[in-house]
Amino acid sequence: MTASPGASAAADLEVDRVAKRFGGHVAVEALSFDVAHGSFFSILGPSGCGKTTLLRMIAGFIAPDAGDIRIGGRSMAGVAPNRRPVNMVFQHLALFPMMSVGENVGYGLARRGLPRGEIGRKVGEMLERVGLAGAQSKRVDQLSGGQKQRVAIARSLVLEPTLLLLDEPLGALDLKLREHMKIELKQLQAAFGTTFVYITHDQSEALVLSDRVAVMNAGRFEQVDTPQALYYEPRTPFVAGFVGANNRFAGRADRVDGELVALTTAQGLVLHARRIGTVTAGDAVEAYVRPEVATIARDAAELPADQPRLGGAVQSLLFDGANSAVLLREAGSGAELRIALPQTGRYADLRVGETVAFGFDPRRATCFAAPAARPHGG
Amino acid sequence: MAADARSAARLGLWLLLAPALLWLVGLIVLPHVDLAILSLRARVAPRVYEPSLKQYLTFFDEPLYWHTFVRTALMSIVATALTLLLAFPVAWTIAKIARGHARSLLFMACLIPFWVSETVRTLGWMILLRESGVLPALLVRLGLTAQPVELLYHDATLLVGLVYTSMLFMVVPLIGALDTLDDALIEAAYDLGGNGFDILRRIVIPHAAPGIVAGCIVVFMLTLGNYLTPTLLGGKNSLWFTEQIYTQFITRFNWEQGAAFGFLLLGLSTLIVWAGLKLSGQRFGDVMRRG
Repeated sequence: MTASPGASAAADLEVDRVAKRFGGHVAVEALSFDVAHGSFFSILGPSGCGKTTLLRMIAGFIAPDAGDIRIGGRSMAGVAPNRRPVNMVFQHLALFPMMSVGENVGYGLARRGLPRGEIGRKVGEMLERVGLAGAQSKRVDQLSGGQKQRVAIARSLVLEPTLLLLDEPLGALDLKLREHMKIELKQLQAAFGTTFVYITHDQSEALVLSDRVAVMNAGRFEQVDTPQALYYEPRTPFVAGFVGANNRFAGRADRVDGELVALTTAQGLVLHARRIGTVTAGDAVEAYVRPEVATIARDAAELPADQPRLGGAVQSLLFDGANSAVLLREAGSGAELRIALPQTGRYADLRVGETVAFGFDPRRATCFAAPAARPHGG
Repeated sequence: MAADARSAARLGLWLLLAPALLWLVGLIVLPHVDLAILSLRARVAPRVYEPSLKQYLTFFDEPLYWHTFVRTALMSIVATALTLLLAFPVAWTIAKIARGHARSLLFMACLIPFWVSETVRTLGWMILLRESGVLPALLVRLGLTAQPVELLYHDATLLVGLVYTSMLFMVVPLIGALDTLDDALIEAAYDLGGNGFDILRRIVIPHAAPGIVAGCIVVFMLTLGNYLTPTLLGGKNSLWFTEQIYTQFITRFNWEQGAAFGFLLLGLSTLIVWAGLKLSGQRFGDVMRRG
């Protein structure tokens, strides 16, 4: 494999047309991407999309069928996991229960043949940096979930890898701790400046943590972008459906008017949305309206005059603090959609069965040509 | 009423324990008490006995006895070590490499020889190894030896037989111990720069230690107390201490001496198992629970 001419010099990881199949199943399909030095890169996708296979190929546990992986500019073809400048934080952390915290963190250093004194010093410094100063002699099972997480990261980072791979390390934690560890992980990455490649099926983790996110589906990247761009400018219907909450409507385009598409759903609901990619009148299309894009009002006159107005009955109330929403049934078509409630608490007294008006800015809703019979989640 | 229920529960407990207690007391404790008394007396005239340590002193006075004793202990330790070395790759293959159907097939392959009685299995080795047997004939055919050699009645033959008999008892606890080892730990160690030997030493063996020790204890005790294999494969060239006990009880009809030898063997196995546990830093309770 020769180096591709477009590879940037600052990239810590370059993946060049890497493919892997298991029997007849394509796990990873000719993928290419770069991860810049010092950045936090996430691969987000549903389970079975091939993200674990991709990560294990980067770590060296699986050999790709085709393509090349370069880490720090060096091709990793034929390089065993224990010789790669890459370390991995495992899903269930895989701390060694037969060793103390200090021995866990010092394991990799001892394998490099460092003198005992230097190992002790480096382990001490590293534990201090992750906020576990003096924990060397503790047993692994004496640590809390968050502390274990930090030991697992310290154990890898003490080796100063070019790249740290993280395989859904927050998956096993409970919600409160997960929220806390998300912030901690971001701070650790900023403090160490090591390039992180993080895989997850949790979109909130990917959005909160990453500089750039690749949304992966069926062995391919749908879109590689900043979290903001993924959320506001999804380029494929899969991304629109997978990243963030969204109301999805399948229908047919009636009219294409520059950027805006007028469409009618199968249930007969007429909507306007912004076109992404090419859409021509008569095409099967999919439109996505985010819950927070639409506004509701008891009095239709309160809605902006330049937006199409719709009405519907409240089906159910989904109270979740700042994320509260209502499920509406549109009066004409019976289509269901979810609309976020304003955070002022103005509609906190809404009742099931009540009729309200709602509307949304068509430029903030997206419309895609319906994908040709390719399976996708969402 | 509560007192009634409690006494009924207690009665139930005793009834459930009864078979085990009967077995322990009737077949193990009582005979040993009787043997202990036997071993501590000497015959001074027909049907006249007096308490004495003579039986134990004879053991130390007669070199043949304690030579056989030490030999049995050392050979048993060697046989246990060899069994561990051979069983470990087998257990590793079954626990970590084989999947699904292949796994059960391999385990069956380990188990099937044990459906045949030990006598028949040992006789099988005799057919293979005796002077007129299969292997010596094969060696002549291949031109490796001029005439058939006697492969039976050597220490090496005896070890082969003992290891073969003990394999399953080592493989089973090892599979149990290796099964519970998370593959991610091995991958993590590899990822952090460990090599195969290093991972075996730092991760696999510490994890499997209770299983290893449990297997070693079982195999060592079975080997030390084995009678059939040393008699058939070792013959007169390869004496085993159990043969000495048998001779005292059955051939010489000297039950006092035989009982003393029995207690010496019991003491020996206890001592070596205790030393093994101390050396490996394992606790007996942990080993029996996890192994």
